[in-house]
Amino acid sequence: MFDTISNKLQNAFKNLRGLGKISESNVSDSLREVRLALLEADVNFKVARDFIERVKTKSLGQEVIESVHPGQQIIKIIHDELVELLGSTNAGLNLSGNPASIMMVGLHGSGKTTSSAKLAKLLTKQGRQPVLVAADVYRPAAMDQLETLGKQLGIPVFLKKGETDVLAIAREAFDFARANNRNTLIFDTAGRLQIDEPLVQELVRLRDLVKPQEILLVLDAATGQEAVNVATHFDQALNITGSILTKLDGDARGGAALSMKAVTGKPIKLAGTGEKLEDFEPFHPERMASRILGM
Amino acid sequence: MDMTEQIIEAVKKAYETQGREGLDVFNIASAEVEKSLSTMDYVLKRADGALTVVSIVGVNGTGKTTTAAKMAHMIQQQGKISVLAACDTFRAAAIEQLKLWGERLKVPVIAGADKADPAAIAHDAITASLARRADYLIVDTAGRLHTKHNLMQELQKLHRVMGKQLAGAPHEVLLVLDATTGMNALNQAREFHKAVPLTGLVVTKLDGTSKGGMVVAIQKELGLPIKFVGLGEQPDDLQPFDARQYAQALFSEKE
Ligand SMILES: Nc1nc2c(ncn2[C@@H]2O[C@H](COP(=O)(O)OP(=O)(O)OP(=O)(O)O)[C@@H](O)[C@H]2O)c(=O)[nH]1
Ligand SMILES: Nc1nc2c(ncn2[C@@H]2O[C@H](COP(=O)(O)OP(=O)(O)OP(=O)(O)O)[C@@H](O)[C@H]2O)c(=O)[nH]1
Ligand SMILES: [K+]
Ligand SMILES: [Mg+2]
Ligand SMILES: [Mg+2]
Repeated sequence: MFDTISNKLQNAFKNLRGLGKISESNVSDSLREVRLALLEADVNFKVARDFIERVKTKSLGQEVIESVHPGQQIIKIIHDELVELLGSTNAGLNLSGNPASIMMVGLHGSGKTTSSAKLAKLLTKQGRQPVLVAADVYRPAAMDQLETLGKQLGIPVFLKKGETDVLAIAREAFDFARANNRNTLIFDTAGRLQIDEPLVQELVRLRDLVKPQEILLVLDAATGQEAVNVATHFDQALNITGSILTKLDGDARGGAALSMKAVTGKPIKLAGTGEKLEDFEPFHPERMASRILGM
Repeated sequence: MDMTEQIIEAVKKAYETQGREGLDVFNIASAEVEKSLSTMDYVLKRADGALTVVSIVGVNGTGKTTTAAKMAHMIQQQGKISVLAACDTFRAAAIEQLKLWGERLKVPVIAGADKADPAAIAHDAITASLARRADYLIVDTAGRLHTKHNLMQELQKLHRVMGKQLAGAPHEVLLVLDATTGMNALNQAREFHKAVPLTGLVVTKLDGTSKGGMVVAIQKELGLPIKFVGLGEQPDDLQPFDARQYAQALFSEKE
């Protein structure tokens, strides 16, 4: 299936490049191929449809029609529109509080715990003093996992093994941070389904207590059409501030990123690019656009 | 013929024979998917010898460890003896995670140290399972992306070592797929199947809003049966695959 994506796009682009004269119908034909390629990259179907509509409108504008290489212009429009949809430039973190707090949320296995540790490492490099807070009271050995990662990094982890009340953990975590001169708390929460109302409400209560500057939705780059549902639900419940896209070291096209940005309007801030703790970087809309398009 | 074409063919045929009246496209589609899925043998294999080894493989975070635990539990519930092998020696606290499951389910867990060679642990686990006269050994492996050649080789080695010690082992190699995964699931299945010949699939997290439709395409292309589905985080949340139920859910509104 993937072998064909690039082919489809290459064909569509070749057709576009070859276009001497632009007409509604030849543009539509080429864009249909582009839309299929987006769908195969897991871009949500509504997002893809709206996207193609916008590109089409722009493509049929005077400027393009009168240009020497109209097809080239359209390819550029597609790419630029995609970059813009993905947020144009990298969005930084807001860490204005003292201490500042960050909450990591998302589906099961998306990479929250690993990304918490990676973020702690990154912030340490930037001169901050983070503390990792083990706020997953459900998954077997979730706290051990965070503890191990903290040890590897030499970054303190606040944990209360056996405690089942997330709010109690959060309250004590602030005392711990103060006592240890840590200025940034990173809350690693348990994986949960966006439709699991009691568990989502637990996050709402945690947010209301912690008042985090950042609430980051951690999403696996290989997520399919459900990304829209997931992002919408988490955003409606928590008013997220952005997201982290993980497992970009694989070959998933990552169209889910586009859906997520398009439906929540919140920027993707960081990207996970491997299992190791240094495999973490600011998210680049430009690179992501090329990846989704297979360019 | 892919699934979509097969469905379109069936709808056409129905239209030709019975006309438009009462033509239920969803019913036809679901029946076609069911037909295609239920031709597969989805029962967990039983080796001829005393011990059946099941290797659980897949990319990161799909639910391998949880599935391994649930499967061991299911086997015990059927009155048979299972043993778990903690062959993920890479991920932080992966061993602890499986050990906690073992304690909870009263299933023995064979483990080594962090960063130990997974193949050495598998070897120990087979020896221990034989000594205990266990019926099944469930091997939990580390998550790995199908694009990472060295990690796929490591998996091949793990399987090779088991096969040398016990003929036919691993008898089952189950790829765990997360239902939320989109098109990439097909790449995952293709690459894992190429590296270690798979014998079946497990689709997890079907308690969410995702229907895991990708496995229909995978099943079609690679001919691999879906053996189990994961429906939650509790020990009982693993069910044998039911083609009819699955096909109907695929075409129903969920949520
Ligand atoms: N290849 C790769 N693996 C990753 C990346 N981020 C996380 N992982 C792996 O994905 C798996 C799940 O990561 P976790 O951090 O445990 O995920 P989680 O969201 O905390 O999981 P739960 O707490 O169970 O919901 C682990 O095997 C991680 O090593 C990444 O960027 N690339
Ligand atoms: N809702 C739901 N969650 C599940 C299911 N199966 C596993 N999980 C959760 O998914 C997360 C990841 O599960 P693991 O079993 O640790 O996944 P894994 O494939 O072993 O992960 P790595 O070893 O890091 O690659 C955990 O939070 C599990 O509780 C399922 O069927 N439904
Ligand atoms: K996942
Ligand atoms: Mg976690
Ligand atoms: Mg595991």
